[in-house]
Amino acid sequence: MLERIHDLYDELERQRVMLSFKGSLSPDLVTALLGAVERKMDVLEPDPRTRKRVFNVVMECLQNLYHHNANLRVTNGNAETTMDPHGVVMIAHLDDGYQVLTGNFMAGSDVETLKIHLDRINALPPEQLREFYRETLADGTFTKNGGGGLGMIDIARKSGGKLEYGFVPYDKDNAFFSLNVNVTT
Amino acid sequence: MSALFLEGSPKTPHVNFDPETGLLELKGRSIPENSIDFYKPLIDWLDKYGRSPRPKTALHVQLEYFNTSSSKCILDLFKKLEGVRATGNEVTVLWHYEADDEDMLEAGEDYAGIINIPFKMIQIEEVDGNKS
Repeated sequence: MLERIHDLYDELERQRVMLSFKGSLSPDLVTALLGAVERKMDVLEPDPRTRKRVFNVVMECLQNLYHHNANLRVTNGNAETTMDPHGVVMIAHLDDGYQVLTGNFMAGSDVETLKIHLDRINALPPEQLREFYRETLADGTFTKNGGGGLGMIDIARKSGGKLEYGFVPYDKDNAFFSLNVNVTT
Repeated sequence: MSALFLEGSPKTPHVNFDPETGLLELKGRSIPENSIDFYKPLIDWLDKYGRSPRPKTALHVQLEYFNTSSSKCILDLFKKLEGVRATGNEVTVLWHYEADDEDMLEAGEDYAGIINIPFKMIQIEEVDGNKS
């Protein structure tokens, strides 16, 4: 076990991970993680626009993780319900920017809708993405957390690239959702 | 009616709505998990204010960050002010953004394109935020 901690540390260093977390999320923990990212970015990134974009992407990704969560953890194939939203986040510093990876279990019944939404976003060039954002903002509908479906559009706008995603079906009710967002400098 | 004053926090903005002067301020960060809870008292306050507004109302928005959960709530604030303007009062939104923050300028333009209130875009040096 002691060696595995060293291996984990080595691996995280090799991947140039600035921050990684796996576990249950509370609003306070989201605040703490954002604070850590912000302090790190102040040191690493000279361009204020990139600093803000990375902070924005991490903020939206963590809040997605918090809101769209099946509250499930799986250990050695055994699923167990958690009190709080549960997931994994990893932020790495690359040569040409930053990588924000998140993963969590979500309701299998929402997978198709999310997939269609992400594909639509990925198909749009920047100007049309902005138009899509405006239309979604103006349409007057609220989702339960108030975002009204703006989160992923905003993440894509701030990233400037395509949203890489994957779904791993787990059981009849749940799937594991992974998202990789690159913010290039 | 009384003024609405809320101290800023690492996740919520400083709010100062003064019914005597018609000067309204929203400053700092708006990134709470649940924005609807935070913005409800602001929207209710504007509802009341709209019944006997000052002839001139100015809303200063000076945000360093806001999340998408806040976006629609902020739009709702503007909609309330649109109502104040529709009854023959002067209403202006002064949208402050940091010189290097083109994204925040664009966000202001997005609202200006949706809402029927004159927006003034004001470039500033640095927003006085509440770092967490």
